[in-house]
Amino acid sequence: MDLGQINPLLLLASLMVAATPILLAAIGEAVVEKSGVLNLGVEGMMITGAVVGFAFGVNTGAPSIGFVAAAFAGAALSMLFGVLVLYLKSNQVATGLGLTLFGLGLSALIGKPYEGIKAPTMAKWEIPLLSDIPVLGPIMFRHDPMVYVSLIIVALTWYVLTRTRAGLILRGVGENHNAAHALGYKVIRVRLMAIAFGGACAGMGGAYISLVRVPQWVEGMTAGAGWIALAIVVFASWRPWRVLLGAYLFGGISVLQLNLQAAGVPIPVEILAMSPYLITILVLVVISLRGNHGAPGSLGREFHATH
Amino acid sequence: MIRLEKRPQPSKVWGTLTPVLAVIATMIAGGILFWMLGKDPLEAIRTIFWDPLFHETFGPYSRPQLLVKAGPLILIAIGLSLGFRAGIWNIGAEGQYIMGAICGAAVGLAFYPSESILIFPAMVLAGAIGGWAWAMIPGVLKVKFGTNEILVSLMLVYVAENILASVSQGLLKNPDGMGFPGSRNFRDFPAAHNTDLIAGTGMHWGVAAAFIAVILAYILLTRHMLGFQVRLTGEAPRAAKFAGVNPTRLILFCLGTSGALAGLAGLFEVSGPSGQVSIDFNAGYGFTAIIVAFLGRLHPIGILLAGLLMALTYIGGELAQLMLGLPGAAIQMFQGMLMFFLLAMDMLSHYRVRWKTPAAAQEGAN
Repeated sequence: MDLGQINPLLLLASLMVAATPILLAAIGEAVVEKSGVLNLGVEGMMITGAVVGFAFGVNTGAPSIGFVAAAFAGAALSMLFGVLVLYLKSNQVATGLGLTLFGLGLSALIGKPYEGIKAPTMAKWEIPLLSDIPVLGPIMFRHDPMVYVSLIIVALTWYVLTRTRAGLILRGVGENHNAAHALGYKVIRVRLMAIAFGGACAGMGGAYISLVRVPQWVEGMTAGAGWIALAIVVFASWRPWRVLLGAYLFGGISVLQLNLQAAGVPIPVEILAMSPYLITILVLVVISLRGNHGAPGSLGREFHATH
Repeated sequence: MIRLEKRPQPSKVWGTLTPVLAVIATMIAGGILFWMLGKDPLEAIRTIFWDPLFHETFGPYSRPQLLVKAGPLILIAIGLSLGFRAGIWNIGAEGQYIMGAICGAAVGLAFYPSESILIFPAMVLAGAIGGWAWAMIPGVLKVKFGTNEILVSLMLVYVAENILASVSQGLLKNPDGMGFPGSRNFRDFPAAHNTDLIAGTGMHWGVAAAFIAVILAYILLTRHMLGFQVRLTGEAPRAAKFAGVNPTRLILFCLGTSGALAGLAGLFEVSGPSGQVSIDFNAGYGFTAIIVAFLGRLHPIGILLAGLLMALTYIGGELAQLMLGLPGAAIQMFQGMLMFFLLAMDMLSHYRVRWKTPAAAQEGAN
């Protein structure tokens, strides 16, 4: 065992990379849930984004095109969920589960020819000046563009949700859909847009795993990241900056766990590998002790306008 | 203009009709999918749904497989359906299945090479307890702290998979296995082996248990107070509260039962068809069972039929892989599609579809 092998700077830098997929998926889901819809299909949209992004990335040689394609794929899949839940009034929990099962099958089918290929590398951005700051520079300012895109998305989500009229309407629809409907807001349209945003974010998050984090296509490679994203939304009490905090905390745990494995710590590999899931459970318990503050009032409830 | 009108009560006719329609719609959509993959759609559908049962050469081999695959699916789905009816979402059956298998197998292997007839019953008991205990984790966390059972039960699947990887390379590894991972094979351990009850039919103890579970669930739901409470909580939660239904008891009962049944399914699989504890002995039955439960409309008899149908798609899928070179993942997607069509068509049993001219709609609004 050699703990000295673990470089804290590298650890912190890889934390941001490890957290980005979950961060993207969780911020998207936070918006969906803020509009009053519970989409349990995050895992399915992520894995579909992972395979579609990878396929486009490999075929065009440009990871950026892969990310755009993954966003569209995630959004397209989420629309399937949206139509079922909003227009055909299907049960949200069951439909979300169905979406995950469907996405896992779909991705395995699309991904067959891409197994064992390496993804095109994504150039890192060394932000001028900032990246030269000692210590902080290498940790925060020498990443690939998607890390910054994800941070910008969090900031924009916070701004739109809390500082704009559109955000107010979205929250209103999520808190009480009947009241929002009575005021003349288009509940279904707002929710459909939120679901599409959530799908696009989950798709990009998945693509980040297959294009940057791993970078390869392996069947079922998201390995529960979508579910962890759902847990982080609860942990964050549906607040954008706390989603960021939760995702980075989680990223830290998973990176630390991998580093400990590599350093040969005398803890069985399986215990280390299951630790992110155990910690997620622990966090969920702690959060529920505090009570579910901040859950949108209409979350998961069916909306049926009678007139 | 199309309007949806909520029915005062879900339609029984549409309730039975929708699964059938969903299967037909899936066959059509699946046919298009297979056609896009460059296969003859009619041949693919026939290979999946007809050949496993009636083909001269494959039939005799596939028919027993039908029960082997349907057994665990039905057993797990019956348990899940109780919770789903009451709005308690155990989606971690895969983990409970694994833990049941590990616990049951461990008890059996501990007594190797004993020939006592008590070994198999002890294994069955340990399997049920293993699955039950694993499901009690989300159960107790939910009743004590109000923790979301969906996320906890799912997280525990990944934990169970890691435990499985660990024991199949360590604790339960075959000491005579020359270092290969995986436990002793139960085929070489007659007292603990779950063989066919009637040779060549695929009818092992797990299938028998599945049939018994169907009957017991039917009695529970139609004749017993607890079953009534499950139904009431699902259909009218407020009424259930006023009627004095104890939610804690109900949550623990639903999660515990589904866990125990999933654990049983795991034990019967590991000691029978699969034969040994190995890293990848679990085949995703715990997740497919969710589709089976919904396809069977959460009704015991429906689940029995749905389990048989889903087993058919597994076997037919393998056959199609072999005969037509259809990718194995196509079947997984096919099963997912079935769930979607089912949920979409469910609307017909809850709502009445009305066509209205714009003028009439206007009038209705005023």
